[in-house]
Amino acid sequence: MKLKNCMKKTNQRKKRNWYLTAGLFMTGLILFLAILGVFWTPYDTTAMSAGEKFAAPSFRHLFGTDNFGRDIFSRVMQGIGTTAFISSLVVLCAGGAGICIGAVTGYFGGFLDEAIMRITDAVNGFPSILLTLVIVSVLGGGIRNLILSLSIVFMPSFIRIVRSEFIKFRDADYIVRARLMGTGTVRILFIHILPNIFSTFLVSVTIGLNNAILAESGMSYLGIGVQPPTASLGKMLSDAQGYLTSAPWYALAPGLTIVWIVLGFSLLSEGIRSRAQ
Amino acid sequence: MKYIGKKVITLIMTLFLVSVAAFIAFQVIPGDVVTSILGTEATPEREAQLREELGLDRPAPERYLNWVSGVLSGDLGVSYRYSKSMNEMMPVAELIADKLPVTLYLAAYSLILIIVISIPLGVFWARCKNPAPNVLLNILSQGAMAVPSFFLGILITYLFGIVFHCFTPGGYVSYRDDLSGFFGYLLFPAISIAIPKIAMTARFLRNSMLLELSSDYVRTARSKGCTNRRVMYRHVLRNAFMPVITFLGMIIAETIAGSIVIEQVFGLPGVGRLLISSISTRDFPVVEILVLYITAVVIVVYCLVDILYRMIDPRISDK
Repeated sequence: MKLKNCMKKTNQRKKRNWYLTAGLFMTGLILFLAILGVFWTPYDTTAMSAGEKFAAPSFRHLFGTDNFGRDIFSRVMQGIGTTAFISSLVVLCAGGAGICIGAVTGYFGGFLDEAIMRITDAVNGFPSILLTLVIVSVLGGGIRNLILSLSIVFMPSFIRIVRSEFIKFRDADYIVRARLMGTGTVRILFIHILPNIFSTFLVSVTIGLNNAILAESGMSYLGIGVQPPTASLGKMLSDAQGYLTSAPWYALAPGLTIVWIVLGFSLLSEGIRSRAQ
Repeated sequence: MKYIGKKVITLIMTLFLVSVAAFIAFQVIPGDVVTSILGTEATPEREAQLREELGLDRPAPERYLNWVSGVLSGDLGVSYRYSKSMNEMMPVAELIADKLPVTLYLAAYSLILIIVISIPLGVFWARCKNPAPNVLLNILSQGAMAVPSFFLGILITYLFGIVFHCFTPGGYVSYRDDLSGFFGYLLFPAISIAIPKIAMTARFLRNSMLLELSSDYVRTARSKGCTNRRVMYRHVLRNAFMPVITFLGMIIAETIAGSIVIEQVFGLPGVGRLLISSISTRDFPVVEILVLYITAVVIVVYCLVDILYRMIDPRISDK
């Protein structure tokens, strides 16, 4: 009986992690398109052709063409690249700063910890769109400022997660022993504790990427983020809105791409979480 | 009572800090306001005159006090971009006055939709033991959470506006002219804001209820002979609802922010559209006031949620 239970358990563990598989497939495809888009697109993304305005999706133009006769699939590929570039930089900046600040405040605690926690609480509770809008309006538009302001907005959530993980580990036996052996603080923080929080951090990175992608495309949709002629999914959506009656595929292509990316990352984070457990 | 007093004092302090932050943020922006209004060709006398009119020649603390007392007494300053006539500047208060109700109605409308739909849905989801509806709801909610609200708005415009002709896209009617037409048009933007939030709230409530279902008091209630329905609604829902209240506070804040984007999609003349256009034309007095207003609403909502939370759950006492 006992053996049977054990067998059952191992079998369960071997059950395919569908979330992870689907998430990896969806994000992998997007990443492939983004990287491919840097070197090669089926058509030139800025080449206009008056004869092919609003061509419906076909084998010639996979997603059809827009109001200037530009190939939408090529532009979506480039847009994915822009979005991926911005959101990964945002997560890199916010995550990196989050690890450093969260590690120090979580490990040491005290007044600094208290003060930073209050600030992150305030920023976290605030709707991210509004905060980004405020920072962008102060700093001015453009890709660089968008990355900067989104990093500021996303940093608190990383700080919180890293901090709470460091609190969990700071009094663990092996850390106390490492300290007794005279291990330096930086080594304890980044060599002894940091690897333990890897899977938790990975989950928050995928969630962060998701939010960054949504925020970036939202800002570009509002005309505050990426400026033309750079293709971006949000900007394409807002352009396409005017032609909804004549060319619905123009709006559907970038929109569904955003949905695909976001869904992929949320499945991935779900998959990583269930694998870690 | 003491708790409420404490909360109100924190609220006022926070509002003060936010107003200072907003004021400073818009002071350090590069570029001269006067040149941006008059252009580079203006005479020095005219520039000096305008500077005095706008009070820009005073020191910063004095300007801050003037600004705050103006905000409190309803005098919100003048817009840099819009003007009433050739020589008269547009007061911000007038600019905002008829836009504020649109946004408030929209936010309230979507909030009602969220609460009315997500709570029964969450309870149903927690009760449902069949795998089929469970999986279906799971897929639906994952999908709904992945759709950004502006794309959802475009999809709804296309489906209901162009394919099914339920409403005319861009055919906004002012609430002054036709109230029922106004609410009829507002339904679709409200749905676009609500759908992702409904998915989130229902999911949250379901998880919260599942967590409660495994606790001891549920077993006790069942063993003393409570019906399933009674256990669900009287025991579990009440306890499971506590974290949902905090979550709803967040949802309200997100709904207000979400209406900024959705107004752009549906062409609603609300505060959000004004904010976006003021940001792109660098009309800072308007941006400053709008940011302060929206922030104040969000802070007050959080404060009310905190107070409500304690009134509902007497276990959380002053410690």
